[in-house]
Amino acid sequence: MVSLQTSRQRARAIAAAVPDPEIPALTIADLGILRAVEIAEDGAVIARLSPTYMGCPAVLAIELAVTTALQEAGFQARTERALSPPWTTDWITEEGRRKMAAYGIAPPASEGRAPACPQCGSASTEKLSEFGSTACKALWRCTACLEPFDYFKCL
Amino acid sequence: MASDDDIFCGLLRLADDHLILGQRVSQWCGHAPQLEEDLALSNIALDLIGSARALYQLAGETEGKGRDEDQLAFLRDERAYLNLLLAEYPNSDFAHTILRQYYFSSFQLLYWQAALASALPGLAAIAAKSVKEAAYHHRHAADWVIRLGDGTEESHQRMLAAEANLGPYLGEMFERDALAGRLAEAAILPDPAELQAAFTADRAAILARATLPVAEITASQTGGRSGRHTEAMGHLLAELQYMQHRFPGQQW
Repeated sequence: MVSLQTSRQRARAIAAAVPDPEIPALTIADLGILRAVEIAEDGAVIARLSPTYMGCPAVLAIELAVTTALQEAGFQARTERALSPPWTTDWITEEGRRKMAAYGIAPPASEGRAPACPQCGSASTEKLSEFGSTACKALWRCTACLEPFDYFKCL
Repeated sequence: MASDDDIFCGLLRLADDHLILGQRVSQWCGHAPQLEEDLALSNIALDLIGSARALYQLAGETEGKGRDEDQLAFLRDERAYLNLLLAEYPNSDFAHTILRQYYFSSFQLLYWQAALASALPGLAAIAAKSVKEAAYHHRHAADWVIRLGDGTEESHQRMLAAEANLGPYLGEMFERDALAGRLAEAAILPDPAELQAAFTADRAAILARATLPVAEITASQTGGRSGRHTEAMGHLLAELQYMQHRFPGQQW
């Protein structure tokens, strides 16, 4: 059982390190979409993943990347899609929020609060559009440094 | 008692609403009145098609005949699609598109909230995910309805025209036919008739802020739930199904 535990942990570490295809600075563990890594009775690794948005085109790419990474490490692997409980931006880790801001995307602010500018840090920002370049982002602008920026929508 | 066939048909109705409206909204891609709205409409279309995929998967599993989401989405004849006529209504102008989106999102938000308690676990899971997306679409579309209705003389006139044209399609959303009745009694799907009061209240509040009159909801245009569509549907399907008809079984 010790070896099963060890290989589960190793598989978990490999899956957790897979970068998000849209925001490669973050891993899928940082984003909170890797829900669990288990070893099935047939010995295969099962990675349970939650989609951020129902129509997110990255879902398939992420599933494929996780399966490939595990297979390259010698595991038999498959993924499962976990819709419930639904993914929320609260699952993004502190580390993930820090990396996101460093990458130039404002992390989700608490309900009703304006995000701070990821470039200059000013709290004086305004919304340009509720929808942005991907399903998970909105477009904002800093009124201090005047730079537009992506904001990771609070969900 | 709801049979598996009932559940399959109920899920198809819901999936078809999302696919067909998603297809309609996606037709704005590259044509919206401003860049931000182009992104917004494309994102909304993506969310709708994402919900449709999950619903088709669940429907296919329920049916148990090995049909997958692509076969259900692309390989049926017009009469086998069970969407609301509102979903296939042509985009017309931006006023029609945004008012149609507001009506659908408002209905769908209530529908998903009720579906959270579904006795079908797969549907409750989809509802939990989609309810958040519908709330976002609802807020966006309602903001536009208010801005255009209470905007310029031109935008107000266009919203009046959209309201007059789309009004006859609202009643169909709340129809409780025998199938909807069986599914509601089995707590599989929400009872559409029970959603009408909350929808009407939301609509009255938004249209009042938009300085638009509120006409009563009547069920004058109906038939989509049993596969009887408007003239617009064939044109939409011709585009939607083109690739699968031209290259059967083609995959990305």
